[in-house]
Amino acid sequence: MARMTMIQSIRSAMDVAMGRDENVVVFGEDVGFFGGVFRCTQGLQEKYGSQRCFDAPISETGIIGAAVGMAVYGIRPCVEIQFADYVYPGFDQIASEAARIRYRSNNDFTVPMVVRMPTGGGIFGGQTHSQSPEALFAHISGIKTVIPSNPYDAKGLLIASIEDEDPVMFLEPKRLYNGPFDGHHDRPVTPWSKHELGEVPEDHYTVPLGKAAVRREGADVTMLVYGTMVYVAEAAAEETGIDAEIIDLRTLLPLDMETIEESVKKTGRCVIVHEATRTCGYGAELAAIVAENCFYHLEAPVIRVTGYDTPYPHAHEWDYFPGPKRVGDALKKVMEAA
Amino acid sequence: MSKGSGETPPLSLYVPEPEFRPGDKPDFSNVPIPKAGAAQRPPVDVEAGDIRDLAYTIIRVMNREGEAVGPWADALTDEEVKEGLEDMMRVRAFDARMTMAQRQGKTSFYMQCLGEEAIACAFSKVLQRGDMNFPTYRQQGLLLSTDYPMSDMINQIYSNAADPLQGRQLPIMYSSKEHGFFTISGNLATQFMQGVGWAMASAIKGDTKIATAWIGEGSTAENDFHAGLVFASTYRAPVVLNIVNNQWAISTFQGIARGGAATFASRGLGFGIPSLRVDGNDYLAVYAVAKWATERARMGLGPTLIEHVTYRMGAHSTSDDPSAYRAKEESTSWPLGDPVERLKDYLIKRGVWSDAQHHQMKEMLESQVAEAQKQAEKNGTLHDGPHSSPATMFDDVYKDMPLHLRRQRQEAGF
Repeated sequence: MARMTMIQSIRSAMDVAMGRDENVVVFGEDVGFFGGVFRCTQGLQEKYGSQRCFDAPISETGIIGAAVGMAVYGIRPCVEIQFADYVYPGFDQIASEAARIRYRSNNDFTVPMVVRMPTGGGIFGGQTHSQSPEALFAHISGIKTVIPSNPYDAKGLLIASIEDEDPVMFLEPKRLYNGPFDGHHDRPVTPWSKHELGEVPEDHYTVPLGKAAVRREGADVTMLVYGTMVYVAEAAAEETGIDAEIIDLRTLLPLDMETIEESVKKTGRCVIVHEATRTCGYGAELAAIVAENCFYHLEAPVIRVTGYDTPYPHAHEWDYFPGPKRVGDALKKVMEAA
Repeated sequence: MSKGSGETPPLSLYVPEPEFRPGDKPDFSNVPIPKAGAAQRPPVDVEAGDIRDLAYTIIRVMNREGEAVGPWADALTDEEVKEGLEDMMRVRAFDARMTMAQRQGKTSFYMQCLGEEAIACAFSKVLQRGDMNFPTYRQQGLLLSTDYPMSDMINQIYSNAADPLQGRQLPIMYSSKEHGFFTISGNLATQFMQGVGWAMASAIKGDTKIATAWIGEGSTAENDFHAGLVFASTYRAPVVLNIVNNQWAISTFQGIARGGAATFASRGLGFGIPSLRVDGNDYLAVYAVAKWATERARMGLGPTLIEHVTYRMGAHSTSDDPSAYRAKEESTSWPLGDPVERLKDYLIKRGVWSDAQHHQMKEMLESQVAEAQKQAEKNGTLHDGPHSSPATMFDDVYKDMPLHLRRQRQEAGF
């Protein structure tokens, strides 16, 4: 075991995957010699050569389109989009192509590829370096959408994604790269070295896609969260003293519906938190699933705490970010309901 | 910022228009058609900048007398040429029959490639098992010139119980890995970039396989086209990039996508990609250029861009009526002629073919297609069925069916 940041564990995942399977290739903007703007691919080119880890032109259409073609060929591309905000030029290749090639060819062609991208705010990235587009991906049938919340999961989920036979969108909450973040932006940063989930095996292991993790067991209310919001939820539960059960979804699609339903049926209350905008956000799907499957167990309306339906503002980052105060208020509200 | 003199005239938007619209008498005498045999044939390791002329001319082999002339006249045997003629005539017979089947209500949709048969049929002859085409919807010749069963194509067109794609795809969106035919997408141009990626993978693996990517002239305006050129150029991908310029993108004439450039082929020059323009209605010229370009790819010399100059003689699809937007006699006035007639004339001139043989072959192919259709209809048609079970709708979205899809299938009662 070693102490790793999420950057190091993601790098270790690619290193392990490339070491085990020569079909794994890594490319994207600045990922080659330099090792990526967040350094996630640092050293991979040196270790595996420039044919397996290389710089790409600034063209998300090209990066993702090339990855689709390569995956169809039979190799396993794991490409980096520099920021999730930049993925849109490649969207057609994801939504119309990668997602449907298995289906439309009746299994004749398949696309085992991973598209990694840093997501979310909290780093003063403004509206073009802070977006959380996960709901856009989760809406598309034929792809999987994964969002880890800690170094251990990030490595295990990324290896599982690279080994998966279907296309995976792998969103990395960039505010978590160097440490857990509970939304108290005015407090000192906690490094991963001080967190138990910063303990990461150096060798191969996987965390299965489609399985949520219960981060905190509780009896009063179920909190459905992923990525950075796991730590905000933990802080809110602690600060309000409400006995919340915190479920880290880890994979948005396929979704671990059983764990969610079991928990909500037990607690009778549900608060959903995400950083992405609210309208048609992933929380809407979660709320609908809870309503459809747990309605007669509910003792209060389901509440969403989310980013507002505005672009991510630069100066007002912390007013926009759903921090522990807003989440705590939602917990209190849901507990006060009859 | 200066205040400006106020002396310049008001600006106006320039919107290109085709020369002829319905009611006009088309006259293509101003379209420069270079003499057959006039274009140079460079060595395959040439630099793009040294053959700029080939991106602006039209490489032609068959002259008006039906003779093969010049440096691109390749050593195809008479038997090989006859086979090429048969391939093209098979495509034409197939298209005619399927267009009719659509009119008879046996399927919802069909797209013919009337007038463009030479391009895919000739190109397929230089490909090898293991190579991969990333085609558009008008390259049925790539399958019909191989041993892919015609009845399976019709099963697909009918979305019937034997459809290899289980009724999931619009008619003519075939897929066959075994026959080097990548699954067709209705989203234009995406395959162009994918073909480049596929070729890069072959190079990464140290294999010997090459890719061909296909695109229509209208779709070259899509970003995938430009991304494809950048990636192919940067990584010297073993790929042949084909633009089929059939002059019309549904109702939009080629000038809307081409803009101020003289030719589509010339787009490749800025990327340092050897770019050639070929007479797409000249089977022998397409074959020679395809052979040249695939040889470059196989030798690791990188990509080649080819603009096949042709004309879409038919409607865009069975849902289209070109009389609403283009002059009626355009297809017959088109100066590059009919690819089938031209190859027939060549063989007759060689003394190895006759009108009687030609007629006999046409009848033979028509009955071949009719027989395949009969076989396919045993498996049903779109409207009369049978189809694959609706339960299959939920299969193959993912390798393993996730819980939410299992629940939806249950909900649907399958």
